[in-house]
Amino acid sequence: MSKVDLAQFHKAFYEESLDGLDAMEQALLALDEGAEDPELINVVFRAAHSIKGGAATFGFTDVAAFTHVAENLMDEVRSGRRPMEKAVVELLLRSGDTVRDMLSLSMTGQPAATAESQALLAELSAMVSGVAVAPVAAAKAAAPAEAIEGWDIAFRPFDYLLKSGNDPARMFRELEALGPLAVTCDASKLPALADMDAESSYLGWTLSLDAGAKRAAVEGVFDWVDGDCDLTVTPRIAAPAPVAAAVAAAPVAAAAPRTVRDPAANSESSSVRVGIEKIDTLINLVGELVITQSMLSQFNDGVDASQLEMLRHGLAQLGRHTRELQESVMSIRMLPISTVFNRFPRLVRDLAQKLDKKVVLDMRGETTELDKTVLEKIGDPLVHLVRNAIDHGLEMPDKRLAAGKGDTGTLRLEAFHRGGSIVVEVADNGAGLNREAIVAKAIQRGIIATGEGMSDEAVSDLIFEAGFSTAAATTDLSGRGVGMDVVRRNVMDLGGTVAIRSVQGSGTTFTITLPLTLAIIDGLTAAVGEEIYIVPLVSIIESVQVKPDTVRSVAGGGELFRFRDNWMPIVRLFDVFGCAGQRRAVDEGIVIVVEGEGTRIGLFVDELIGQQQAVVKSLEANYRRVTGISGATILADGSVALIADVTGLVRMQARRKAA
Amino acid sequence: MNQQANSATAQPEEAAQYLTVNLGNEEYGVDILAVREIRGWTPVTRIPQAPGYVLGVLNLRGAIVPVLDLRLRFGLAREEYTATTVTVIVMVNGRQFGVVVDAVSDVVEVAPGDVRPVPDMGTTVDTEYLKGLTTVAERMVLLLDVDRLLQPQDAQMLEAALASTDVKAVA
Repeated sequence: MSKVDLAQFHKAFYEESLDGLDAMEQALLALDEGAEDPELINVVFRAAHSIKGGAATFGFTDVAAFTHVAENLMDEVRSGRRPMEKAVVELLLRSGDTVRDMLSLSMTGQPAATAESQALLAELSAMVSGVAVAPVAAAKAAAPAEAIEGWDIAFRPFDYLLKSGNDPARMFRELEALGPLAVTCDASKLPALADMDAESSYLGWTLSLDAGAKRAAVEGVFDWVDGDCDLTVTPRIAAPAPVAAAVAAAPVAAAAPRTVRDPAANSESSSVRVGIEKIDTLINLVGELVITQSMLSQFNDGVDASQLEMLRHGLAQLGRHTRELQESVMSIRMLPISTVFNRFPRLVRDLAQKLDKKVVLDMRGETTELDKTVLEKIGDPLVHLVRNAIDHGLEMPDKRLAAGKGDTGTLRLEAFHRGGSIVVEVADNGAGLNREAIVAKAIQRGIIATGEGMSDEAVSDLIFEAGFSTAAATTDLSGRGVGMDVVRRNVMDLGGTVAIRSVQGSGTTFTITLPLTLAIIDGLTAAVGEEIYIVPLVSIIESVQVKPDTVRSVAGGGELFRFRDNWMPIVRLFDVFGCAGQRRAVDEGIVIVVEGEGTRIGLFVDELIGQQQAVVKSLEANYRRVTGISGATILADGSVALIADVTGLVRMQARRKAA
Repeated sequence: MNQQANSATAQPEEAAQYLTVNLGNEEYGVDILAVREIRGWTPVTRIPQAPGYVLGVLNLRGAIVPVLDLRLRFGLAREEYTATTVTVIVMVNGRQFGVVVDAVSDVVEVAPGDVRPVPDMGTTVDTEYLKGLTTVAERMVLLLDVDRLLQPQDAQMLEAALASTDVKAVA
């Protein structure tokens, strides 16, 4: 077998294992929340079992040995010999993380067994055999092949670190508890005394820990300042020389420097897992295409008049199948947003535990489909927002109770279609943004001259300013400053926008709006004069023929009509779009009742033509944004039809009313 | 283009090729490197809130491409679209758009030294959209600055449109 072949199998195994680990994590989290479904335990067991089998087949013996022990533990749970306790779930979750690390090490050809994995393996074995083993002792007892004899840590807090109540000295004492610690201070950034802000941190440290502690233990010390500092933790692996000079010990290439483990770390995969039903649709379509082709090929020798109808029929079929085929192929790129959302239960659980906060995660609209490319890039900004919401947005339980709210905060993650966009909202019911503090900080930073006359929205937007976030936004001003400019930049790279809505005392909502350039929508085609517009089906309530006696004119030239005991405005598309509508009286055409942003309006069109799937094309790519239009699509005859942006039309109507 | 090397002009730059198009009695040159394709006139889909000279959009192999009428752009009277009416698809700064002209006539080579500045005179065209003029076989050819055809008014318009949207969005 050639080497390339093997590498291909490795990759498949790796991706499959990662999927297995994801499934395992989800099942464990469900179990953690008290679900008592034996199937969940089976899922965990199966995942571990497949990884063990695969790893053994490909010669990743370290991984196989590790998963073997984990599997034993799960087997005990599965057979009812051991209750599914918190401790077990916790250990298995950590095992999942470790297996993930081991796999990625294996994939890059490095030895998978690390001190960390050995220690965890000892813990697992201990639990299986019923003996409690102190983790540190286990690390030493395990004596892995490439023993880690110490850690080199480069730690440079951002200048606002002290204001968040973190004390480097305390962290160093914690590290010292793990083993002998050498601290070197880098004071090169220290300004002149006159320029010094007593509350800012200007120092950086290089720490050298002479103990084979677990990575988790070392990084755990820095958990509280994660995101507020530059941190590199590098294991020092025992060199052939028995005693390495403690200070000069260079990091060994085998383990590259790694920043604090981020659960979001998710490499972009170059393959797509496609639902079997999508493949089946494709196969069906190709089958139909072949049938149509063979039907048409009988006309090779010419057509006589009697066959014309058949030929026309065949060609129509060919056209339809081709279009469907195109749409199906495009839909393969579309994946449900749950692939991104799935990582959040774990993230929220871990963060809440770490911060001693009570958080309920409410996820909605997980089935909303997004283009794969967009999906891969939206993960990190979302993680950032979720972290911020839990860290800074939601208050501690006692504070919440004092504010008259329940002690458990709610974090809502929601995805849905709106107009021509996909909207992802991250909302918390925490303290909200502190206007005064933001204004003060922005003035200090020189971003604005004064906060007077600024709307709350404009103030909220300040936290996205680059100068604002890298500087001094911390918990004391309910700061959402950390890296918000990065969030905005990432979203903008995708052609989207981020908006904030914050109410002091009752929470903050971040709304990410993403274009769906590649998305396919179901739409109703409607004729207005000679033109055809597409109205997205999702926003349509129903279509009605309005009787003139249910219409009332209102001052200013507007018209209202009665729809199920509600009065709503009629928006004549030919007015809005400035085209020649042929039918002007309400009873001559059709009113499509649509809803956007919770408001209903009636769109008056000449007639309805039908329903069709539309591949949304961007108008902006070559032209510009047009109010009331979310994009364009190509009709069956090759001509272009514009897609109505219901939200935009609702806003236009609202503005007209205000004017 | 090597034969140009011995021409009297000491310009080291190579001659540029221009596609000449007709608009009434005048002849305009479009930098051929910007031209993507030339197609016969086909009806377009009108777009709302567009300036009058933007006729609409057409489907160019799946891309939605705006089409503007050069006559209307330059404030000339609108002509009937006939069999010789063509749409020249150009690509500028990564954006494609179509330009409707009366007819295309020729491809000419113009050495950089032969391009004269446009005197402020009574041409029908605002000199803003011209790079210069040149003479080819006794005919005057006005060289179009294609980059500016869909700009800058459109850029301003875009900003105005964005400013008027009540979306409180950060982008």
